[in-house]
Amino acid sequence: MRCWDPRIEEMPVSELKRLQFKLLKTLIYRVYSFSTFYHTRMKEAGVHPDDINSLEDITKLPFMHKKDLRDTYPDGMIMSEQEELVRYHVSSGTTGKSTVVGYTKNDIYHWQESLARALTSAGLGRGDVIQVSYGYGLFTGGLGLHYGAERIGATVLPTSVGNTERQIELMQDLKVTAIACTPSYLLHIGEVAEKMGVSIKDDTILRKAIVGAEPWSEQMRIRIKESLGVDAYDIYGTSELSGPLFCECEFQQGFHVWSDLIYPEILDPETQEPLPPGERGELVVTMLQKEGLPIIRYRTGDVTALREEPCPCGRTHPRLERLSGRVDDMLIVRGINVFPSQIEHALLGIPEVAEHFMIELDRKGALDEMLVKVELAKEAFSDKISDLMRTRRHVEKVLKSALNVQVSVELTEPGTLPRFEGKAKRVIDRRRI
Amino acid sequence: MNCEHYMIRQISLFSENKPGRLAALAKACQEENVNILAFSIAEADGFGVIRALVDKPDVAYKKLTSMGFNVAFTHVIAVEMKDEPGGLYEIASKLSDAGINIEYSYAFSGKSKAILILRVDQVEEAIRLLISHKFNLIATDSIQ
Repeated sequence: MRCWDPRIEEMPVSELKRLQFKLLKTLIYRVYSFSTFYHTRMKEAGVHPDDINSLEDITKLPFMHKKDLRDTYPDGMIMSEQEELVRYHVSSGTTGKSTVVGYTKNDIYHWQESLARALTSAGLGRGDVIQVSYGYGLFTGGLGLHYGAERIGATVLPTSVGNTERQIELMQDLKVTAIACTPSYLLHIGEVAEKMGVSIKDDTILRKAIVGAEPWSEQMRIRIKESLGVDAYDIYGTSELSGPLFCECEFQQGFHVWSDLIYPEILDPETQEPLPPGERGELVVTMLQKEGLPIIRYRTGDVTALREEPCPCGRTHPRLERLSGRVDDMLIVRGINVFPSQIEHALLGIPEVAEHFMIELDRKGALDEMLVKVELAKEAFSDKISDLMRTRRHVEKVLKSALNVQVSVELTEPGTLPRFEGKAKRVIDRRRI
Repeated sequence: MNCEHYMIRQISLFSENKPGRLAALAKACQEENVNILAFSIAEADGFGVIRALVDKPDVAYKKLTSMGFNVAFTHVIAVEMKDEPGGLYEIASKLSDAGINIEYSYAFSGKSKAILILRVDQVEEAIRLLISHKFNLIATDSIQ
C-alpha cells in the first residue's frame, strides 16, 4: 500500500495549512478555557485566543518546557478529567523528576494513526511480522509501536527488551520481516547472533528495522545494511508528544511530520527567532489535536531542520531531518552555532583520523579560536612531515565546510584522547566573555 | 649489485610535541635492550616525528606499537663522509647533479669518521650513484 490515509497524506499544502490553522485556533480556545496551566501562562504573556489569527501568530504564545511538566507532577498539566483518560505513560526520571502523560481515547487513536501512516510509508503492512523490541510498560516505545503495527494489519511479536538469544530464535522460527528497536540493540542482536552461529543476513528474512530512541548516524545505517542486510529507518517522537510518532518513508530523507497532528517550528536556540527551512535549530512543537496533555510550543531541545520541498514519495507533509544533537550541547563560535555531533559526523568520513575528538575554545583578542584535537589513525602515519601537514589541512578543510567556521586541528597520538562512557564531555571552553 | 643490502630500516614515530615523549621512547629501548645508533627529531606545529636507527628494529617496532605509538619503517641510506670541510658537499653535489632529491637527512661524527643518513626520493638510484663514486655505504647487516 502506498499511503495509509491518502486523503490526508496527499492533501495539497494550501489545504493542509488551512486545516492546521483551524485546529490551532480551536486548540488555543480550548486550553484557554479548560487548562489552568495554559490559561495562567497566556494571561501572564498578555495573549488572548482572539490574537491568534494566522499560523504565524503562534509566536505570540509562550513556550512550554520539560520543567513545567516536572514542576506540575503528577497531573497538573493534564486537562482532561481522570475518567476521560484511558492510559498513562511515565517517563523515567534520570535527569530529574518523572513526567506523566495522560491519554484520552482520541489521543491513543491519533497516536496509532500517526504510526500507521509512518510504518506504511516505510513499506510495512499486512503480511509483515514485526518484532517489537522496545521496552513495554511505562515507556512509550513498546506499546506505541505495538498498536501502530497492529493497526496496519501486521503480525506483532511483542518481545520487549532482553533475552537476546530467544529473540533471535523467535525471529527465525516466526519468520520476522521487520524489527523495531534502538540502533545499538540491533547491532547487539547481530553480534549475539554471530556468536550463536546465526547470520541475520542469510538465516533470517529480517529486512527492515525501525530504529530510534537514541542518536545514530548515516554511517550506522550503512553498517547495519552491510553487516545485517537490513534497511534501517529513523523514527522520532518523545513521550510528551505521545511517544514514537514519525518515521522515514522509503526514500529515507528525513521523517514526515503529519501536519494535521503537529505544528513544528525551528528556532534559533539563542534568539528564539524562527529559522528558514533547511537551517538547523531547536525543534519546538505544538500538538494540534492532543486532549489529555495539551502541548503548545514545547521546547524539545532536539536539533534538526525542516524540509518543505516535495518528497519523491508524493506525501505533501514536510519532513524533519535526522536529529543532530541537543541544544544543551550547542556552542557558539564566532557567532555561528556549532554542535559537537557535526564534528563527529564529519570525522567519520575521514579515514586518516579516529572518531575520538576534543574541542578547545579560546578567545584571542576579540575572536574565538576553535581547536579540534583528533587522533591520527595508525594507517595514516607517514614518516614525511609534509604528508602529516596535508592530513591536518584536509581535516581542517572538511570541518570548516561542515561547521562554517574556521577550525584549527591538532593531530594527537592514538589512544591519548579521553574515552567517554555515557554522556561525553568533549568541550573545554576557556573563553572569558 | 643488491641495493637492498644498503637500505637501512629506520624507525619513525609520530609524537605530540610535549614533554616526556622522547623519554618514553628511550626507556622502551632500554627495557628491550635496543641500542639507538642515531636519531633526529623533526618538529612541525604541535607534533613531531622522531626518527631513529636502531640495532633491533623489529623488537623496537613491536614494543613501541604495543605502547600505542604510531610507528612506521622507512628506508634510508647511511654513507661515510669525510669529517673535514667539503665532506658534505662531495655527497650532496653528486646527488644534486643526478637530480635526486634529499627529503631529509641527519648526521653524526664519530671518532674516526662522520656518517650521513639520507632519505631520498630515489633510493636505489642514490645507492648506485654513491657506490659508483667510491663512497662507503653502511650495509644493513653491519648494524641491524
